[in-house]
Amino acid sequence: MDEKSNRKVLILEKINKFYGTETPIQVLFDVDLAFEEGSFNSLIGQSGSGKTTLLNIIGTLDRPSSGSLTINGKKTETLNNKGLATLRNEELGFIFQFHYLLPEYTARENVLIPWRIRHTRVPNEVEQRADELMDLVGLAKVKNNLASKMSGGQQQRTAIARALINEPSIILADEPTGNLDSDTTQVVYQLLREINERLKTTFLIVTHDRRVAERTDRVVEIRDGRVVLDIAQNPKGQNPKGQNPKGQNPKGQNPKG
Amino acid sequence: MERKGGGIMSLAIQIAFRFMKSNKGQTILIIIGISIGVAIQIFIGLLIQSLQSSLIDTTIGNSPHVSIKSTSEDGVIRDGDTILSELERMNLSLTALTSAADFGGFIRKGNSRANVVVRGLSFPSANAIYGIQEAIYEGTMPSGENEVLIGKELQKDLNIQLGERLQIFVLGGLIPQAREIRVSGFFDLKVSSLNRSWIVTNQSTAQALYGFGQGITSIDIQIQAVFEADAVAASVEEAVGREGLRIENWKDQNEQLLSGLNGQTISSLFIQVFVIISVCLGIASVLIVSVLQKSKQIGILKAMGLTDKQTSLVFLSQGFFLGIFGAIVGVGLGLFLSFSFVLFAKNPDGSAVVPFFINYGFIALSGVIAVSASTIAALLPARRSSKLSPVEVIRNG
Repeated sequence: MDEKSNRKVLILEKINKFYGTETPIQVLFDVDLAFEEGSFNSLIGQSGSGKTTLLNIIGTLDRPSSGSLTINGKKTETLNNKGLATLRNEELGFIFQFHYLLPEYTARENVLIPWRIRHTRVPNEVEQRADELMDLVGLAKVKNNLASKMSGGQQQRTAIARALINEPSIILADEPTGNLDSDTTQVVYQLLREINERLKTTFLIVTHDRRVAERTDRVVEIRDGRVVLDIAQNPKGQNPKGQNPKGQNPKGQNPKG
Repeated sequence: MERKGGGIMSLAIQIAFRFMKSNKGQTILIIIGISIGVAIQIFIGLLIQSLQSSLIDTTIGNSPHVSIKSTSEDGVIRDGDTILSELERMNLSLTALTSAADFGGFIRKGNSRANVVVRGLSFPSANAIYGIQEAIYEGTMPSGENEVLIGKELQKDLNIQLGERLQIFVLGGLIPQAREIRVSGFFDLKVSSLNRSWIVTNQSTAQALYGFGQGITSIDIQIQAVFEADAVAASVEEAVGREGLRIENWKDQNEQLLSGLNGQTISSLFIQVFVIISVCLGIASVLIVSVLQKSKQIGILKAMGLTDKQTSLVFLSQGFFLGIFGAIVGVGLGLFLSFSFVLFAKNPDGSAVVPFFINYGFIALSGVIAVSASTIAALLPARRSSKLSPVEVIRNG
């Protein structure tokens, strides 16, 4: 942790998001956030709090209604869809609750797809990296199985390896363990942590699982589209220093989460 | 950056193939659909083309496509050689250029009498039109003076022997003039009216029998592109036309046949177009369903950086390759249908009802149309896929 630089790899300034045109509903209100390179963060909030919307905006899958988003020094407002696609491919890795592997491909082929989206050839070093990643997520033995023939935990670990193949600066994970049993959740969480420490990849994990959030370096809570809590905590993550993020439980007021 | 274009292609195409492979049933069904469409197009197209060309062949295969005749009372063209050499200089793409000196008459044998047309043909050039030489089944071509060929039906009607001498009465003057001819052989042109009425001989013999001198009664042309007969006739008119000459072409003389053929061509084209349209609709609907089925995969691919263009390419190339497979199977099926038709649709005498002409150009064109139509049909699904927002897909996952 001591090696961490203070460089901000992700900067959000006055992000607002409205849905609908006739009677627009505001889902995000002037969200200002910045994340440091190599940090391990969680984003929590009730369903309907706007946390998924925020993650989609950070992932450039959705555009903010106003405000500015800078990813690894690149302003996203000026980019067209193609530019955003390239940015996502090079700078971001996604891990979703439903892993979304391509069932038509083997695990290892799935891992290589983000590379192949922008490159004709797969050089040996990338092949090697894929094998190392499969090792890292503990799937060396089943890497040539079709994705559809793997267990949920194996698929999620494959998705993690896939998110890492292009060596992105940021990994965005949306409920990465939401679909897994508690033992597998532990394994996957450990894995994310290990990657963070070994590769210095920045993580932003959306979760409603307190046990996961408690073990991140920084917890950001969104409620009704606003950042209501932003605390750094003990990296070992046993007890949050600040207020219990789940202390209050107002009902989600917005239709979209 | 430039090199990455290939990568864009190859991944999209690979995904297209994996998608098609993962939905084998769907893929096979759609290929069968395209194949049947292509097969029907090829079969109907070839059938109509063959019907028409065999009809045209019987109608004008053994007759001049363009003829120059005299409008004078005796029907004689006196400057035939000049016109012929003029036509030769014109460099038209002719398959035959010849002249004929014809007259009417009758022959008598015992109590029987038969009206005949004596055709004074100029050999060997006339053979290209009438195929007389090939039609002789007994005897030889006329060589000496007053030697003639007689048709099969006339031979039977009058019981004429090879080498027999006959009296022919030449119509023309007030009183029919009797002349003697000698039968050097018999022909069968497969048209009984011609076999019954034609007496074929050398031009010089005909000229001498009738007393034309050096005159002829028509100049006959056959051309390669039979449907350009009117255009050829027009240019002949321009080159040698003058008062006293009439230029005929087969199209003017067979207007009913032509309008019949035209109607056939248009209805065959209609059938083909609608077959293609229904195939396209089939492809489009199957691929649209496929876009929905694969929307999760498309969403995650886009999240990982697949561009909208690459996404469209996944579906466009599915259309393209389905078209290629469909065209290959369809061409095979279409040829199979055509050959079976030739094999099973037979006249009582064993000859094919329609002699099939395998037009390879048309078959290739059908294949190309199928592939392009399939690709075009994939445009709509491709557009849909490119407009899919990963947020929608992933949120609804």
